[in-house]
Amino acid sequence: MTRLPPSLPAASAEPAVAVRMVDISKRFGSVQANADVSLSVRAGTVHGLVGENGAGKSTLMSVLYGFYGADSGHIEVFGQPVRIRHAQDAIALGLGMVHQHFMLVETLSVIDNVMLGAEPHVLLKRADALVRERLLALMASTGLRVDLDALVGDLSVGDRQRLEILKTLYRGAKILILDEPTAVLTPQETEALFKVLARLREQGTTIILITHKLKEVMRLCDHVTVMRGGRVVHESAIAQASVQGLAEAMVGRQVNIGRPSDGHAQPGEVLLQAEGLTVCDAMQVTRLHGLNLSLRAGEIVGVAGVSGNGQSELLEVLSGLRAPQAGRLTLAGESFESGSWLDPRAARRLGLAHVPEDRHARAMVMSFAAWESAVLGYEGLPEYSRRGWMRHGRMRAATEALMQRFDVRPRAPKLGSAKFSGGNQQKLVLAREIGQAPRVLLVGQPTRGVDIGAIEFIHAQLRALRDAGCALLVVSSELDEILALADRVLVMNEGCITGELPIAECSEARIGLLMVETHKEAA
Amino acid sequence: MSQPHPLPRWADVLLMPVVNLAIALLAAGLVVALIGQSPREVIVMLVQGAFGTPRGLSYTLYYATSFIFTGLAVAVAFHGGLFNIGAEGQAILGGLGTGLVALWLSNRLPAPILLPLMLLVGAFFGMVWAAVPAYLQAYRGSHVVITTIMFNFLASALLGYLLVNTLRAPGGMSVESVPFGPAAHLPGMHEMLAGLGVAWPSSPLNISLFLALIAAVGVYLLLWHSRAGYRLRAVGASEGAAAYAGIHPKRQVILAMGLSGALAGMVGMNEIAGVNGKLLLDFVGGAGFTGIAVAVMGRNHPVGIVLASLLFGALFQGGAEVSMEVQGFSRDMVVMLQGFIVLFSGAMAYVISPWVGTLIHWATRKPRAAASAEVAKAAGGTHG
Repeated sequence: MTRLPPSLPAASAEPAVAVRMVDISKRFGSVQANADVSLSVRAGTVHGLVGENGAGKSTLMSVLYGFYGADSGHIEVFGQPVRIRHAQDAIALGLGMVHQHFMLVETLSVIDNVMLGAEPHVLLKRADALVRERLLALMASTGLRVDLDALVGDLSVGDRQRLEILKTLYRGAKILILDEPTAVLTPQETEALFKVLARLREQGTTIILITHKLKEVMRLCDHVTVMRGGRVVHESAIAQASVQGLAEAMVGRQVNIGRPSDGHAQPGEVLLQAEGLTVCDAMQVTRLHGLNLSLRAGEIVGVAGVSGNGQSELLEVLSGLRAPQAGRLTLAGESFESGSWLDPRAARRLGLAHVPEDRHARAMVMSFAAWESAVLGYEGLPEYSRRGWMRHGRMRAATEALMQRFDVRPRAPKLGSAKFSGGNQQKLVLAREIGQAPRVLLVGQPTRGVDIGAIEFIHAQLRALRDAGCALLVVSSELDEILALADRVLVMNEGCITGELPIAECSEARIGLLMVETHKEAA
Repeated sequence: MSQPHPLPRWADVLLMPVVNLAIALLAAGLVVALIGQSPREVIVMLVQGAFGTPRGLSYTLYYATSFIFTGLAVAVAFHGGLFNIGAEGQAILGGLGTGLVALWLSNRLPAPILLPLMLLVGAFFGMVWAAVPAYLQAYRGSHVVITTIMFNFLASALLGYLLVNTLRAPGGMSVESVPFGPAAHLPGMHEMLAGLGVAWPSSPLNISLFLALIAAVGVYLLLWHSRAGYRLRAVGASEGAAAYAGIHPKRQVILAMGLSGALAGMVGMNEIAGVNGKLLLDFVGGAGFTGIAVAVMGRNHPVGIVLASLLFGALFQGGAEVSMEVQGFSRDMVVMLQGFIVLFSGAMAYVISPWVGTLIHWATRKPRAAASAEVAKAAGGTHG
């Protein structure tokens, strides 16, 4: 752990400090979210703020942005001591935040979204002209280009993010806080975003980047601060940091991350075969276009793609949650046609287990105790219920055993499902599904919202299952994860598989191109 | 992290109902004082009237019996994710079913066969009456709150129509059926206690109180110990998770509402078989709506529902006593008092909980600070 000496008062040669947070403490109930956290961000630099979920980085930024008041500590912005009570105070001081979930009105145009709440004139026509003039100038100087008259609902995710940044800059932000900005972007969009951020830095904008992608930190940031357990555990210039060192600072012990797929796969017989899967949603939009797919014993098939290109529908169809409009599925020797599709219970009976993408809405009942969530979907098995009565003793014992095996913390079967951290919830769900020794396992976003330490563990479990002869389908929007896990990669875009590559031929650039390729180009 | 000071469980379950009740009494006391009565006198008389005499206690328990049935009905639907406003109508239909069996068979079957049959048919009628809105909710997307409210009016109109046109006693002036035969009479508590050699004043309290308590135990076992209850609660808590588990949410909607309606339908055993001995109008008397307040106040748990039913039974009985004894304290004042309790314990049950949470937080701050420092220290190790 390196620690810079406390920064001295800005000498004339030193760049000014844009944000200085000193000894910030914040407690929620019994949780000390921030403990004497100090952060100093120099003007005109990109400062990375990294840490696992629950490390306190969001709390720190929320204190800076006026969402929470700190219990103690003080803040200086551009050398002036300030009290930030509301987001309005923060905006007035030149702070701007781009949230992970965009705050845009989809039914309004781009320019209306920028104006909303900051109309420069009572007459909208006049306001429109004023805003347009300023925005065009801003777009020219920053390179952030968005069609001003397009409806936000029609914009791509990358465009929406550019709009969010533009909106913040329009409101006079000199310090930009970006919360996990690349989580929803393709590699190419990420590339474009980084160019813009680099240009903004050149023009003197200060950027605080909250992320857990250490590669991006190494590429873009000038300084990095690592938080763990509510405290700063590492801060240094980027030149003195390494991915491995940062990862270890985040987790507090040695980790193996981003190691390439081991290529140990020895694919056997086909366990699941799907042909011509076609799904239309309630709006009659086709989400899957006649998709074909087969899974073999002993291999992990990774599905890469930008979220929302049919991956969710694919998982729902294969797990029996949704019947397709057309298609055919062969699973463990049984065939299903679109007219009489399998349901989740039939899928489980045939040895297909499913770890859904949405842990909160699907994988667990958040208001249930852990031991109740730990049998969800298997509550009808004789070990958990007999003659209609639940066997609480056995359920608790089984949960205890699953928690032991998958290192779920705290090891408390009676604790509410919602009270576990994301990583531990995911481990419990995986434990439940793997505990039934499935022949086929579908996994959606195996490590979304999961800490680095748990990621390593979950990946190891999935590999072990593969080596035991299970067929795995892993859908992930994290390309690194696909590259680390998969033996064979399918790339999806607009409801089609636009490419299939063995892991040896995969590179980020190649998959990135396939992610934006349309069906016609692929044909 | 979003909630600053969540309530500890003991405070949520035990303290909050008491605090809410106290606030309601305070507000009601203020109104009583404003009209020139002594709040102290009124509250003493109310408690005395409800619990002070064997007769008053009997009436309290008699009212509570119906509230237990309807409160359980609302709670079962609630655990299935549904807000059943239709317990009133389902109770009316339940009473109708009970009464029809009694009218038809009370001179032909002995009581040990007839009474269970009346219970079953009453529950069945309530179940069917609730199943229609449930079907419309599950398969046609009509919101169950709206349809159950409408079904209350339909039930009331149906009972009125049948009583006026078909079931009215020949030559009778009032809108009610002929009295049932003696086999259809559910024994009163005083009759049963007399059989055991205990003298007890005559009151409407009958042995359907035991039925209500058995129903409360049954609901507890069903919801928290049976597979059906597990699935029902899964659907109520998270439809997405239930679908993932292979549970059919639509069938669970029908099941939850059917059970709910059956429980409400048992009100007929108390009112029709236990007290009136004939079919008549308005025998439910708002118990279906009170059941909503009872379920909310009882946190949708059978134990809470029994306690809340006792409270509302005491209000009904004690309020009636007060309105008879105290000059200028009309029946409407009792309704006002009930209104305050529903308002503070039901509708606004969680309004003051953040303040209470903060209070508890401050009161217990010292010992917790040390504990959480430990947690913070251990936090680094527990991640991952």
